[in-house]
Amino acid sequence: MNPIRKKRLILIGLMVAGVGVAAWLTLNAFSDNLMYFFSPSEVAEGKAPTAHPFRIGGLVETNSVKRKSDGLTSAFSVTDNAEAVTVEYTGILPDLFREGQGIVAMGQLNQDGIFIASEVLAKHDENYMPPEVADSLKTAHDKAVNKTQSQAGLQ
Amino acid sequence: MIPELGHFTLILALCLAITQAVVPLVGSYTRTISWMAASRSLAWGQFVFLAISLAILTYAFLGNDFSVIYVAQNGNTKLPDLYKISAVWGAHEGSLLLWACMLAAWSVAIAAFSRNLPLEMVSRVLSVMGMVSIGFLLFMLLTSNPFDRTFPAPFEGGELNPMLQDPGLAIHPPLLYMGYVGFSVAFAFAIAALMGGRLDGSWARWSRPWTTIAWVFLTLGIVLGSWWAYYELGWGGWWFWDPVENASFMPWLIGTALMHSLAVTEKRGAFKSWTVLLAISAFSLSLLGTFLVRSGVLTSVHSFAADPERGVFILMFLLVVIGGSLLLYTWRAPYISGGGRFDLVSRETFLLGNNLLLAVFAALVLLGTLAPLIYDALELGKISVGFPWFNRMFLLTTPFLALLMGVGALSHWKHAEPSLFVKQLRVAFIISLLFGLLSLLPVFSAGNWLVGLGMGLAMWVASSHLVNVRDRLKNKRGFAGFWLDFKTGGRSYYGMILAHLGVAVFIVGITLVSNFGREEDVRMSPGDVSEIAGYNFTFEGVTQVSGPNYNASRGRFQVSKDGEHVATLEPEKRAYFVKTMPMTEAAIDWGLTRDLYVSLGEPLGGGDWSLRLYYKPYVRWIWLGGFLMGLGGILAVTDRRYRTSRMRSAKTADTANAAPAVSGG
Repeated sequence: MNPIRKKRLILIGLMVAGVGVAAWLTLNAFSDNLMYFFSPSEVAEGKAPTAHPFRIGGLVETNSVKRKSDGLTSAFSVTDNAEAVTVEYTGILPDLFREGQGIVAMGQLNQDGIFIASEVLAKHDENYMPPEVADSLKTAHDKAVNKTQSQAGLQ
Repeated sequence: MIPELGHFTLILALCLAITQAVVPLVGSYTRTISWMAASRSLAWGQFVFLAISLAILTYAFLGNDFSVIYVAQNGNTKLPDLYKISAVWGAHEGSLLLWACMLAAWSVAIAAFSRNLPLEMVSRVLSVMGMVSIGFLLFMLLTSNPFDRTFPAPFEGGELNPMLQDPGLAIHPPLLYMGYVGFSVAFAFAIAALMGGRLDGSWARWSRPWTTIAWVFLTLGIVLGSWWAYYELGWGGWWFWDPVENASFMPWLIGTALMHSLAVTEKRGAFKSWTVLLAISAFSLSLLGTFLVRSGVLTSVHSFAADPERGVFILMFLLVVIGGSLLLYTWRAPYISGGGRFDLVSRETFLLGNNLLLAVFAALVLLGTLAPLIYDALELGKISVGFPWFNRMFLLTTPFLALLMGVGALSHWKHAEPSLFVKQLRVAFIISLLFGLLSLLPVFSAGNWLVGLGMGLAMWVASSHLVNVRDRLKNKRGFAGFWLDFKTGGRSYYGMILAHLGVAVFIVGITLVSNFGREEDVRMSPGDVSEIAGYNFTFEGVTQVSGPNYNASRGRFQVSKDGEHVATLEPEKRAYFVKTMPMTEAAIDWGLTRDLYVSLGEPLGGGDWSLRLYYKPYVRWIWLGGFLMGLGGILAVTDRRYRTSRMRSAKTADTANAAPAVSGG
């Protein structure tokens, strides 16, 4: 093998090895860091993981926001108008957090079925509805409509 | 009537763009000088009409002409004039107009500063710029016309998003866009060179300064955006790996790779195909970035369905630009000559390594940014890619970049003697190692290996470049010698050094702020004192104040350290009249070694508030580093060799290519 070709082979070999290692590390880390989204209905059905963090989203139920005595922990219900899940968060809620507003929270369920949030997001736009929330509201609404229709059909 | 004039000039600009795309290109193949020469005047004409359009839209904002839908949505009579102007590019339609206008401005700059280029090249470059412009103008006229009217006109406008009412953000989008659009020049040069089959050192030399200028704009735009997010969003972060940020970061990464790869192509004639591919990618990612941010596809794939016209147009446009240029590339690339040979240990190899790392990192960011869209579109579930993943990918690639940087800048082209640079860098290496180990001592970081790594790498980048400068000035006398070297053609070298030192500064900043930053959410009553990182924050209560278009609660804090007064901080919580949304205005006492940062949460009754207190050590170094990088770029562009005869180099590079080609990019 002539020396130039040998050098190029070494170079290419190194590059391939580097890229391979990088790809392996990436994909491994990637699947670990994916966070799935679940609606309150899905959480109620038990579809959401209990040992792994995920995102939940919906509307903040009216009159559900309560502050604990330390003043920094608040609890509220997130609903898709079908089911509701209690969320607890310690810290300062975003500017646009208010009752009736669509939010997304990241965190994990505890044994009591309360969602302990590490982060609460409400987008900086009063007309904004997180897309996942909009979708889950629609699904819940469609289900409810189907139910009433089938009940009406039975009668 | 006046807005219709703006609409009309937009249409005229489209007509000129079509002419600019077709006539010079045809002329370049039929060798019709007059057709080729027309490219310059056409570029000027297009620019004038688009500038008129932009001026008219600005005029509509200043004059509160709410019969124009775009003005009614984003303007307001109570808005200060500065923000009426920045509202012009505050939303989708107007930002597209700004984009098109800048594209025309870059075209005009090419037309004006290309006297040394062959006419054939100029006409092809401007023709490609014209094609891109057609895409944008058509998109605007067909789906997103900023001059659309409504009747009857509303009495009051909807107001610019209050978050965007800030001087930093008034100039952030134009800077960013100048960068995005600037890569169209590198792209146009690459495509023109592919068309003509003239991919040589002179082509690289022509596109180099343009690429660097675009990169400088993008760098400064990103730095400004990060700084804005830090003080305006009220939670003290400077980078969120948000899709919108990633959209500007990906072209930056590829643009950085392109700048370095162009250097190899110019000096050594190597990496040609790779350079072309990078030029195409940088611009494609700029386009993707513009559309990702402005089309709303990021918030949901379904917003495409809500506005199918725009979505389909964008997809088609991206397909034509990316697909078309890649098709041309695959057709022409086999004819590209390989260029100069180089050894395994040489500057070329190190730059190749740097390029690969940058490209891999950009690909990872792209994966993380688009994965949620892909999952959603394939109905695999709704996901988001966590912040930690991006951070890990950053840590996986950038340390190697920093390592390579020190060696690469010092090594010789074609063949570097390992023993020589081992000798040169021995001291720098030992200093960096010691510095890294020292920062692991209990008094500093108590064995946090990330701190050791960061500080060691920063020192490595800094010291290896200082060794580099010392070696260059070895036979020159002191400061006078440096000054002479600086004046006579050393500017691009010193620009490189400055930019790389900027990287070192940046590394210090992120290392220290990520590992030693403190933040606390607290509840405080007036008179309470909270301690964070040795600073005592005394809360003096909240008062009500009013601004031009908002009311605000303003808190007051006295900060002291060891009994000495440090600063008075007055964070605000604003409620804007029109959008009725609350906005947090953080108060920051800044310093070179630390920032103190307070933002108001919400009232908890009885004068109590929830508050956020931050201690951010060396956070300014992050932006200082970015600023130095930009400054280095500016220095490099002002190098004399870009102003003097460019033809000379064309000849030397061509002879270099004549050598039998073995190792190409």
